[in-house]
Amino acid sequence: MNLIRTGKAGTLESSDVMITVKGHSENRVEIKLKSIVEKRFGRHIRRQIEDILERMEVNSALVDVDDRGALDCVIQARLETALYRAAGIQSLRWEEIQ
Amino acid sequence: MPKKAAGRDIPSKIPGFKEIKHFEGAFANTPLVRKQKGSRTLPRLNKIVESLEQAILKSGLRDGMCVSFHHHLRDGDMVLNMVMDVIANLGIKNLTLASSSLTRAHNPLIRHIKNGVVSRLITSGLRDKLAEEVSHGLMETPVLFHTHGGRARMIESGELKVDIAFLGVPSSDVYGNANGYTGPSACGSLGYAMVDAEYAEKVVLITDNLVEYPNTPFSIHQDHVDYIVQVDQIGDPEGISSGALRMTRNPRDILIAEYATHVIEHSGYMEDGFSLQTGSGSISLAVSNFMRDVMLRKGYTASFALGGITGSIVRLHEEGLIKRLLDVQSFDQEAIRSIGENRYHTEIDASYYANPHNKGCATNKINVVILSAMEIDTDFNVNVLTGSDGVIRGASGGHSDTAIGAGISVIVAPLFRGRSATVVDRVNTVITPGETADVLVTDYGVAVNPRRRDIYDRLKTKHLPLYSIEELYQKAEKVTGRPEPVQFEKKIVGVVEYRDGTILDVIHQVKD
Repeated sequence: MNLIRTGKAGTLESSDVMITVKGHSENRVEIKLKSIVEKRFGRHIRRQIEDILERMEVNSALVDVDDRGALDCVIQARLETALYRAAGIQSLRWEEIQ
Repeated sequence: MPKKAAGRDIPSKIPGFKEIKHFEGAFANTPLVRKQKGSRTLPRLNKIVESLEQAILKSGLRDGMCVSFHHHLRDGDMVLNMVMDVIANLGIKNLTLASSSLTRAHNPLIRHIKNGVVSRLITSGLRDKLAEEVSHGLMETPVLFHTHGGRARMIESGELKVDIAFLGVPSSDVYGNANGYTGPSACGSLGYAMVDAEYAEKVVLITDNLVEYPNTPFSIHQDHVDYIVQVDQIGDPEGISSGALRMTRNPRDILIAEYATHVIEHSGYMEDGFSLQTGSGSISLAVSNFMRDVMLRKGYTASFALGGITGSIVRLHEEGLIKRLLDVQSFDQEAIRSIGENRYHTEIDASYYANPHNKGCATNKINVVILSAMEIDTDFNVNVLTGSDGVIRGASGGHSDTAIGAGISVIVAPLFRGRSATVVDRVNTVITPGETADVLVTDYGVAVNPRRRDIYDRLKTKHLPLYSIEELYQKAEKVTGRPEPVQFEKKIVGVVEYRDGTILDVIHQVKD
């Protein structure tokens, strides 16, 4: 999946996450994580985001994550949506959703 | 025979009297009385001093002493900062500051701690930036956290000697009769301050509402008060109390409140003439409303409510459903109005409320208490002081005082908040020992402490989602994922005292 513009999804409400993605200038993956549960779930959240990027074959991405204590299912939904928006894909590719 | 001041002949020895102390004149041994010769008027002195600085100087405050405050003005309190600023300007250092609690209004204390004005804190709780700084190692001496009852115990027993109490009061006369329910900064009950007024070596009242003598009914008595300072404002009404708290619309809170009401109704502790304490949280308020329905349906009235009084309890009182209110702290405007108006809405001090070592405190007499939790572990230990990240952000309050006193203690909390589980395998800090927490009610189910088989037996046929607390713990972890343990430094930043004065837990500095 190629990111051709900036894609955003989510809010800054409690229990939600705001994710912004765009292509990386150095063609690599970089995750900037800010989370209210950083100390206890920071590694877990990074791992989850890396897994999703890999599964969706995103090789160049700057991922900005502002997390307000979102559960895994919320993080996944917000990231996938942000990626689709950044890639300019209008319709959901069900086969890519786990 | 020596002639004495009144011109009477009095022998120096009288059978049955060890020592005769001779009359030396009407004013000689009564220092507060005006000494004009021949004055026959009663003492008319007032205790007003011009400024806080004068009051502090007159009180004899020196380095190393203990000053005390109360937190009835809550987030709106201006008194503590006002007093500490003057003390700092006078160059006094190394003080112990004992406040019944500290709120977000007290962040300016950080500066006084850094400058060595305050070297020790004794409080029920800490919040906001002050709490964060303390958690990150601000102080050399750990903060002592007490319960509301424990504070009264340590002051009454002399374990904590307060040198000067600085008490903000919403109304006072020139002689020191003060109450909390009249004036622009009304806060309701002065229950925590009453203990300080009685036991502190010197008592300074700070008021923004000087009224005609005598200011009856009074909570703080003139015979305890040394000095009175009049200031423009003691508190910001916005922060002192909330307006009428509305019934929550949060479906999760309503669900928990419904389960909790069902638990209480069938626990065996809700009967005609029962007694209760509810907190000020949204779930607690919803439970009060639902309990009203049960009381009306069954024709029950409650003999009294204790607390921590809120508008929803006042409503039940004014409807005749709760006969009497015992109030150590009035949480909202309705409670503040009621304590001034209602004959059987009675102000009580912190010792009467919860001191475990007096001859009988009110918490021992309650049937049902509803309590909150930041964390509760599989041994039913409850934490209301430190967050899931280990940082201090709460208060011990009356949590453990009421949990042990009540016939049934019901802990209400969502199973998880955001992705932080409430039910954990081990709480960060123990405030209420598991042996005194009886039932946990969450949105995902209810767990009865195995020690309370009697309650379990009464509830098991009542169509409640009953689980073991281990099962609730697993449900929570399944949703949130398993958190990594909080990292702490070696340094101890807080010591948690149980209500009886023993040390229950310690809080370590958090690692960044």
